Amino acid sequence: MSVHIEPKRNYFLVFGALLILTALTTWVAYFDFGAWNNVVAMGIAVVKASLVVLIFMHVRHSTPLTKLVVVGALLWLVFMVVLTMNDYATRGLLGVLGK
Amino acid sequence: MPEHHQPGALAHHFETYDQQKEASNLGMWLFLVTEVMFFGGFFLAYIVYRSKFPLDFAYASHELDVTLGTTNTAVLIASSLTMAMAVRSAALAKRKAVVGFLILTMLFGGVFLGIKAHEYHTKWVHHHVPGPHFEWHGEGADPHHAEMFFNFYFGMTGLHAAHMVIGIGLLTWLCFPAWKGRFNEDYHNPVEVVGLYWHFVDIIWIFLFPLLYLIGFHMHGH
Amino acid sequence: MSSTTAARAVPPPKYNYLNAEHGIKSWLLTQDHKRIAILYLISVSIFFMLGGIFAGLIRLELLTPQGDLVSGDTYNRLFTLHGVIMIFFFLIPSIPAVLGNFLVPIMIGAKDLAFPKLNLASWYVYNLAGLLGLYAMVHGGVDTGWTFYAPFSTTYSNSYVVPTALAGFTAGFSSIFTGLNFIVTIHRMRAPGMTWFRMPLFIWSHYATSLIILLGTPVLAISLLLLVLERTLHIGIFDPNLGGDPVLFQHLFWFYSHPAVYIMILPSMGVVSELIAAFSRKRVFGYKFVAFASLAIAVLGFLVWGHHMFTSGQSVYAATVFSVLTMLVAIPSAVKVFNWTATLHRGAISYDTPMLYALGFIGLFTIGGLTGVMLGTLGIDIHVHDTYFVVAHFHYIMVGGAILGYLGGLHYWWPKITGRLYNRFWSQVSAIIIFVGFNLTFFPQFILGFEGMPRRYWSYPPEFQVLNVLSTAGASILGVGLILPLFYFMASLGKKGRWAGPNPWGAVGLEWETSSPPPPHNFLEPPVVTHEAYAYEELHPEPTQKEPYVA
Repeated sequence: MSVHIEPKRNYFLVFGALLILTALTTWVAYFDFGAWNNVVAMGIAVVKASLVVLIFMHVRHSTPLTKLVVVGALLWLVFMVVLTMNDYATRGLLGVLGK
Repeated sequence: MPEHHQPGALAHHFETYDQQKEASNLGMWLFLVTEVMFFGGFFLAYIVYRSKFPLDFAYASHELDVTLGTTNTAVLIASSLTMAMAVRSAALAKRKAVVGFLILTMLFGGVFLGIKAHEYHTKWVHHHVPGPHFEWHGEGADPHHAEMFFNFYFGMTGLHAAHMVIGIGLLTWLCFPAWKGRFNEDYHNPVEVVGLYWHFVDIIWIFLFPLLYLIGFHMHGH
Repeated sequence: MSSTTAARAVPPPKYNYLNAEHGIKSWLLTQDHKRIAILYLISVSIFFMLGGIFAGLIRLELLTPQGDLVSGDTYNRLFTLHGVIMIFFFLIPSIPAVLGNFLVPIMIGAKDLAFPKLNLASWYVYNLAGLLGLYAMVHGGVDTGWTFYAPFSTTYSNSYVVPTALAGFTAGFSSIFTGLNFIVTIHRMRAPGMTWFRMPLFIWSHYATSLIILLGTPVLAISLLLLVLERTLHIGIFDPNLGGDPVLFQHLFWFYSHPAVYIMILPSMGVVSELIAAFSRKRVFGYKFVAFASLAIAVLGFLVWGHHMFTSGQSVYAATVFSVLTMLVAIPSAVKVFNWTATLHRGAISYDTPMLYALGFIGLFTIGGLTGVMLGTLGIDIHVHDTYFVVAHFHYIMVGGAILGYLGGLHYWWPKITGRLYNRFWSQVSAIIIFVGFNLTFFPQFILGFEGMPRRYWSYPPEFQVLNVLSTAGASILGVGLILPLFYFMASLGKKGRWAGPNPWGAVGLEWETSSPPPPHNFLEPPVVTHEAYAYEELHPEPTQKEPYVA
């Protein structure tokens, strides 16, 4: 059997990238992009999280089942948020009294 | 089978080390799924209220110390690096390196918690802890909605901190077999799965940081 | 293995998981999934009886229109505790933790579950949760309803909400440990030749159930935790004074609690698939459809929770969306019912006790399911929400469905688990008593609900009394039926009990190819699988004794 050993260099590269992205997200918060503020902030967070998941957590070299599990978790989170916000975002939409 | 394996390293109900390792990994990933949904519920509540009172949340968020928050983020990222190195060293059977990296990870975790404790104390002094002693003298926000923001600040970072404490406990527990040289290419599951847990806790913070600390920053451009 | 004409008992295997080790420590510290199943059997049975006592008190109070047996406050505590105990401490664990724990490894040819220590931990965590719940109960209980709605639970209730919520939180961990164990075991520990589509449908059901457990239970955990934080630390996430929305609690709560009903029914459906096949001596019709239907229920079940909130204040738009999605989730359940029926068609049917339960399940689950579709229809629900129509609906599913499946499974696998045969006459009589008692208890409640009797009310208008009296009468009959198995199952274990051979029912399945009770590692030789799940036509298995019962 073989265990995939990640080269040390890759870990340090990811570490560096994460630090840069952290500084970036803080710096970018100074500026007001209006509705894009959230997109930029979450976008950077997603990139950082992806680096951690793929490299630190070895998902890049993992079995298809592991990848499916990761995707499944995120998908379920999306279900929960979307269907709940489907309520909050549409209160009063249909003009029915009280709802 | 290589002679350097401990007699109990392969559990009786598994056929091969590979099977054991894959089961162990899948098990931890499935546990992390539960953690995603657990924190996810809290994130959902945050999204609901932030979409209802965006300005109030932004003003309340401005009370947080961004320098400390950014520093803490860097500290956790460093701890993830040392954790990844610990797992790597375990697979390479480098006994002393494993223990060294585990201890470094714990130290970074401790620094994070120390900074957090300092922040909490500051909030307490400024009467920003939700409950009967909450007072809001800041501009711009409805005091009730500001208190709601701090519900999320304390609730989510508190839950995160509790997970870190558990993580530090797990890391401490790992030091013992690590020091005894139990880990090698075939058997390093415990380090690997604790690593997964630790990275996950880091990822939660990666999302908490901008959502709690950075939403009001642009409004007062320092 | 030829069937013997002698009425003599088949001798027990010399070395099996029950006699391999002795002493209380060998049970309390066991890592054997079969022993843990028995530990769970004892625990869930105790909680079932406790929940049943509360049900009895409720039905006694409802004999008369006035509230006269207990105070209104006490009545609130009775129905809350009945719900909390039955759902979290009986229905959710029962089949997975008893039958699933015992059978999942054996049915796929494994020596144990993937994480034996986690399995034992799950039982201890369950008991810890039980102790928390008992603590709350003994001090007067909780009166919020098992649904713990805010702001009553967070602010106004004076009862033991926090310990009960923590009990639910803890029980959730126990459930997650079991589900996690099953998923890893099914993925990684199948015997050579046991492909996914050769697995028994019992396994598919438990796999789907475990997916739901993993994805849903944590959201219950966070809802209960937020409830506790609000009550204890003033972190008022649901506090309207701070801009909070109590309906958010309901979203979080029902995100789990709707899929939870599928946690409660899917394992039972898995049992029914096994029973229908065994007692028709046929493969299950449309095996792949049934397998995929289990997965479909698991997925779709997460998309419908708002149908519990039609009158709570969510937007009408959201209510409509949830209503449409609810129509979809009925489809895979219907697929299963049709496939079971098709399996029965031209089968060699025998009316052994497990089969009586399976047939009862199909009928009662269909009624429960159809009334569920009625409730999912937004326009109807506005009128029957929070009435006895709802109560009747879910009891048809939970008792008529889930519990009948559990009992059917217990009766089918009892000889395998204990190595003993039980009394035919009393087991069949009990099944019939349960069926009659159940319908008498709950059918009148459909009518009561339709006529407007609200649920969770301790008094009611006098015109509802006749139906309530019928319901209470039914409950006493049901109670008798449910107690009887205790006697003949215990008797089967006694000195006069008879031993079962490996395959008393002549069924197909890996569990029937090992001894009753099985050896500690399940098989003497690791099995290699070469045939389909219900290969009756290929294998023609014979029962290992003439009568699978004791006289």
